[in-house]
Amino acid sequence: MTTPLLEVRDLRIALDAGGRSHDAVGNVSFSIGRGETFGLVGESGCGKSITALSIMGLLRSPLSLAGGAIALDGREIQDLPAADMRRLRGKRIAMIFQEPMTALNPLSPVGRQIAEMFVLHERASWKEAWERAEDALRQVRVPSPERRVHDYPHQLSGGMRQRVMIAIALACGPDLLVADEPTTALDVTVQAEIVDLMAELCAAKGTAVLMISHDLGLVANMCERVAVMYAGRIVESQAADAIFAHPRHPYTQGLIGSLPLLSARSRHGRQKLREISGVVPSIVAYPPGCRFNPRCPAMTDICARDVPMAESLPDGGLVRCHHHG
Amino acid sequence: MLAVLVRRLLNVVPTIAAVVALVFLLFSVLPGSFISGMNEDGRTTIDPAVMERMRKEMGLDDPLAERFVKYLGRTAIGDLGTSFRTREPVTKLIADRLWPSLKLTFAAMLFAIAIGVPLGFVAALKQGSVLDTASMVGAISGLSLPKFWLGLMLMYLFALQLKWLPSFGYGDGGLRHLTLPAIALGVSPMALLARTTRAAVLDVLNADFVRTARSKGMGESRVVTWHVMRNALVLVVTTIGLQFGSLMGQAVVVEKLFSWPGVGSLLVDSVFQRDIPAVQGCILLIVFFFLAINTLIDLAYVLIDPRIRYG
Ligand SMILES: Nc1ncnc2c1ncn2[C@@H]1O[C@H](COP(=O)(O)OP(=O)(O)O)[C@@H](O)[C@H]1O
Ligand code: SF4
Ligand SMILES: [Mg+2]
Repeated sequence: MTTPLLEVRDLRIALDAGGRSHDAVGNVSFSIGRGETFGLVGESGCGKSITALSIMGLLRSPLSLAGGAIALDGREIQDLPAADMRRLRGKRIAMIFQEPMTALNPLSPVGRQIAEMFVLHERASWKEAWERAEDALRQVRVPSPERRVHDYPHQLSGGMRQRVMIAIALACGPDLLVADEPTTALDVTVQAEIVDLMAELCAAKGTAVLMISHDLGLVANMCERVAVMYAGRIVESQAADAIFAHPRHPYTQGLIGSLPLLSARSRHGRQKLREISGVVPSIVAYPPGCRFNPRCPAMTDICARDVPMAESLPDGGLVRCHHHG
Repeated sequence: MLAVLVRRLLNVVPTIAAVVALVFLLFSVLPGSFISGMNEDGRTTIDPAVMERMRKEMGLDDPLAERFVKYLGRTAIGDLGTSFRTREPVTKLIADRLWPSLKLTFAAMLFAIAIGVPLGFVAALKQGSVLDTASMVGAISGLSLPKFWLGLMLMYLFALQLKWLPSFGYGDGGLRHLTLPAIALGVSPMALLARTTRAAVLDVLNADFVRTARSKGMGESRVVTWHVMRNALVLVVTTIGLQFGSLMGQAVVVEKLFSWPGVGSLLVDSVFQRDIPAVQGCILLIVFFFLAINTLIDLAYVLIDPRIRYG
């Protein structure tokens, strides 16, 4: 068996609050092959962003890595010295953030912010780096890049800024791109453009993508495999088409039922658009047993008592539920 | 850039007009006058006929509205009237004091910026360290010390005990005489700047774009020099402007204590002598200085913050 590009094993993230350590993310395992696009889906607050940050080695107090391993090309990186980790960051693993409005330095021209990548990782001179920044902007299809390099972030639209973020992230040809809700903050009309651009550039360069979103529809379109996260746990992971055809976990079933695209079909059958009732519980107040039990339509006594273990599915996926389908 | 300059300058005009009016009215409705004051100290008695003539000469008996219009007219062409006390034009009195005042204000501000800003930076970058705690305790004490007391202590220590520096006076106007009053005046803006800078840096360190910088593989020192410093300074510049602008007014106590021949001590002397034209002139100058500095700061913003430049 070939080693995957990224392997996350039994990741645990602790949140310190009120003098206590809370289990924000736990038992999270997944792997991403070279050039693969892997999706991580779940409602807001379930721990997607902090999982992404832990891969980047960027967790900051009050959050910290409490256990597990993160391996890149088979080499564990979670305990790497700061200087070694810095060399990986941006160069081999790059990240795009949700908020293009605030993710760029407002006082620095975007060209400079791209150019930094070449100066940091490829020892380029600033002059050379600026020229390459212009090329990078051209690659993400920013019109008239020779002028745009000198623009400040506030002079660009949200979509253009996210293109700049993509240019920064892909500047040094990373092996893995962590995209944390890259389109959530954008107008619906530009969301598809940005997703297509990312998919196209990553496919061309053979860059693997960890695509994070609360939107199962978006992720399923882009990715080969999808993991669904709820309250700090991966509750189900399967191939993208299988998860639609056969959602095993009640939470996944709920997510699919609430998708507007698919519900057009169900309205045909006079079914109402289903929604998962309730909200994600707060980290400090997770219920005992299965964390989904307060909202789960299939809940029984055992769900409130025992934590469900991950169960492997025959085709390589997993599900974490006492009564999965 | 030019458009911004013109706009800011136009904004200042109504403020100046309002201040001029206020300064005039305030001193017109206050009871007591230079002349009645001459009798009050009991040492001299003046013939009522002479008093009458002086009141006429000074125009004190004219109707308020008439005096106001005259005052506005004079002030607009830069004539601040004649001092009751010395019979010299107030503009000349002030001009003689302006240079020492500016020297003291700039020196104090330089001291405040040169120490306060770096201190705030280091405190923020070493948040929670002994240095952080010590400098913030120091800053709070610096803010709460009365300038008068601080000045006395400086005098006592450096002039009387150590005999390093002269205790008061202008001397040749050089650094030796300037140092103690400048420190006495500069400590509180320095403390305030240290605190503001620390808060600004901590704020910026939590910004999304700093996380982006880290995600690019930048080390902490580059993150700070490339991305944190300028953004934090933008936040600090406002405080610098407000402190700087009000410093000439804050200098009154220090100038008096150190017998520094600035506008502040002229103001105090004129108040005690009820030399109203001189008082009015000093206050106008202090306010004008405030407005001028803040206009300059606005312009500085245009240079350092592109969002304003193009916005
Ligand atoms: N800096 C932080 N301080 C305290 N709690 C945090 C912090 N960052 C994240 N959390 C908490 O961790 C949980 C997971 O957050 P996050 O990973 O951002 O969720 P998601 O990206 O899935 O919306 C949330 O409950 C959030 O409140
Ligand atoms: S374990 Fe029970 S509560 Fe949890 S998802 Fe399965 S059925 Fe629902
Ligand atoms: Mg998130």
